[in-house]
Amino acid sequence: MAKTLFDRVWERHVVREEPGEPALIYIDLHLLHEVTSPQAFEGLRLADRRVRRPDRSIATMDHNVPTDGGPVTDPLAKAQLDALDANCPAFGVPLYATGSGREGIVHVIGPELGLTRPGITIVCGDSHTSTHGAFGALAFGIGTSEVEHVLATQCLQQGRPETMRMHFDGELLPGVTAKDCILGAIGQIGVAGGTGHVIEYTGDVIEGFTMEQRMTVCNMSIEAGARAGMIAPDDTTFAYLEGRPASPTGDEWEAALDEWRQLRTDPDAEFATDVVVNVEDLVPQVTWGTNPGMVAPVTANVPDPADVEDAEERLSIERALDYMGLEPGMAVRDIAIDRVFIGSCTNSRIEDLRAAASVVKGHKVASSVHAMVVPGSVVIKRQAESEGLDKLFVEAGFEWREAGCSMCLGMNPDILQPGERSASTSNRNFEGRQGRGGRTHLVSPEMAAAAAVAGHFVDVRELSYESVG
Amino acid sequence: MQAFTRTTGRVAVIDRPDIDTDQVIPKQFLKRIERTGWGEFLFWDWRLDEDGNPRPDFELNQPAFADAKILLAGRNFGCGSSREHAPWSLQGYGFEALIAPSFADIFRSNCMKVGLVPIELPEDDVRALIDAVDNENGSEMTVDLQEQTITEPGGSVFEFSFDAFRKHCLLNGLDDIALTLQHEDAITAYEKANPGRIDTLALTGAS
Repeated sequence: MAKTLFDRVWERHVVREEPGEPALIYIDLHLLHEVTSPQAFEGLRLADRRVRRPDRSIATMDHNVPTDGGPVTDPLAKAQLDALDANCPAFGVPLYATGSGREGIVHVIGPELGLTRPGITIVCGDSHTSTHGAFGALAFGIGTSEVEHVLATQCLQQGRPETMRMHFDGELLPGVTAKDCILGAIGQIGVAGGTGHVIEYTGDVIEGFTMEQRMTVCNMSIEAGARAGMIAPDDTTFAYLEGRPASPTGDEWEAALDEWRQLRTDPDAEFATDVVVNVEDLVPQVTWGTNPGMVAPVTANVPDPADVEDAEERLSIERALDYMGLEPGMAVRDIAIDRVFIGSCTNSRIEDLRAAASVVKGHKVASSVHAMVVPGSVVIKRQAESEGLDKLFVEAGFEWREAGCSMCLGMNPDILQPGERSASTSNRNFEGRQGRGGRTHLVSPEMAAAAAVAGHFVDVRELSYESVG
Repeated sequence: MQAFTRTTGRVAVIDRPDIDTDQVIPKQFLKRIERTGWGEFLFWDWRLDEDGNPRPDFELNQPAFADAKILLAGRNFGCGSSREHAPWSLQGYGFEALIAPSFADIFRSNCMKVGLVPIELPEDDVRALIDAVDNENGSEMTVDLQEQTITEPGGSVFEFSFDAFRKHCLLNGLDDIALTLQHEDAITAYEKANPGRIDTLALTGAS
C-alpha cells in the first residue's frame, strides 16, 4: 500500500500495537529544558525510577535565562534552572547549561548539533518541537507526565494521528518569506484546522526553501493545531547536516544517506486531508488579533466586526480588537509599534538575522521604538558577530542580546509593559504572551526590521535594500 | 493518577472559543517546580486585575459559578503551549471534568494523564448544556464516565463517546509508566533491532 512520509517514520517506531490500545512508539531523541522537566524528574525520584536512555536525551537552559548577560536575579527562575542543573547529573542526562558554549533555544540547538535528523522521532516538553519536522523527523510537543514517561521508558503511548498534506502552490513574490507562508496558511485553515493531524508540507516553494526557512514553517504547525509538521528530506537537508557535531561520518554517513533517501511520500499515497495554499499572490503578513489565525496582509485593513455576519466570530473579533487597542477597519500600516523583538525558535537563526540586518543597514530605529535582537543560540550569536551583523544592529539602535527564548514568552525579564505593542518574529500573539497587557503582532524578520525603522508597519517590498552576510 | 468515575457538581461556563493555555496559566507562574498548588493561579490575568482584585465581569468570578467542578467551554479549548500546568491549574481550582466541542491535542492528552476528564460533545449539545445553566443561581450536572453520560439540571441525558483505553485508565487511576513497563521486553527487543545512531553522551563528552 502506498505510504506517506509520516507512515514510514511512524511504522518503523512502533514497539507494540494492540487493538483498542494506543500504540507504544519508540522515541529516538528526547530534548529537555528547565520549565517542563522538574516535576518529571521528581516523579522519577518518588517512584525510584531511572532514566532509561540518557544517551538519547539532552537538556539545555533557554526559557528563563536572562539575555542581558547578567546573573539570574529572579529567585524562582534561579531555583528552576538550579533544579535542571541538579537533576541532569543525578540522572545521567547530558546538559548544555548556560555558559557551556553550546546552549540556546532547545529547537535551535537540536538541528545545529546535528541531533535532529531525518526519519527519527523527537519529543520535548514544548509545543514548538514541531520545528524538527523540517528534517523529515516526526517531532511533537508533550506534557510533563509524558516527559516523565519518556525518561522512564524511552517510549510514548500514542494514538495514530491523521495525515494532512498542505501544498503550497505557486512562487513567492520578492520580499515574501517562509513566515508569511505559514501565517497565511494558518489564516486560511484556522488555529484548529490541523487538530489531530500531522501535516506534510509540499510544493516547489517548500523544496526551494533552505533548512532554516523550512524550520520556520514546521515550527508553527502547532499554531494551526497540528501535532507535527514534516517535510521530506532532500539534498538541502543532507547538505545542512553534513559535518555537524553529531552527524554520522564516513561509511555511517553514506549508510544514513541511503536510508534518508527512502523517506518520501509515495506519489499515489492518500492523506486524510488535503489543503492547497496559493502563495502566488501572497503579501507579507501581520497578525492583528490574539491568536495566529487572526492575520492580514500588510496592505490590508484589520477587520471591522460590523461586516461579520457570524455572531461568534464577530464577538471574537471585537474582543481581540479591544485587547489589541485597534480601531475596526484601520489600515495595518497605520499601526504604530513600541517594541521590536527579533528572536524565538521561529526566527532567530543566522539567515533570519542576516535578513533583518539587511533591512536595517544604514537606517536608525525610530525614536519611539525599543528594539532588540536575541540570537537563538550562542553559536548563532558568534556566527553573526563574525559576520558583523551585531554592529549593523547596534549602529541602527537595536540591543544585541545573549541567546534564549526571551520575549517570545517573557519568562525572563524581557517583557512588554501593559499596553505596549510589539512587532515580533515569534509564534504566538495570545493575550499577555509577551507580558501582561502587552500587544503582539507576528511578522517576518524583514517586516519586524522595517517596522523598527518606520515606527509602524510598512510593506517591506517597498524598501530597497541589499542582502548582507 | 487520580481515578475518576462520576461527579455531580456546580457547572461554570466560559463560552469562548480558542481559549489558549497561556490564559489558563500565564507564564509568570511556570517557574514553580512543584506539582501541586496550581489552582490559585488559574486564569490569573483574566480573573484578577493588576491590583489582584477579582474582575467582576470574568465568568469564573460569577457567584453562580463558585466552587464549580465541571467546566463548559468553547471549541478548541487548551490550544497553544504544551504546558501541563494548565490541567494542573484547572484541577487545583476544583474542576474534575471539562466539556467542549473540541480540545487541542496536547492539552487533551495532558488532561487524561492527570485524571481531569475532557469530554467532547457536538457543538449543539454543548450549546444546549450552556443554555440549561442558571446563570443567576447556578446549576449542577452529573458527569458519569462509566456510563458516558452527562445529566443536565432538567434531567435530560447527553451521551458522549470516549476512547475505551483512556476510559479504562481513568476509571482505575492507572499509572501510564507502570503500564508501559509491563512491556519492557518489547522495548528492549526494539532497541536491539534498532540500535540507532544518536548518542548524546558521546556528543557532549559525558560518556
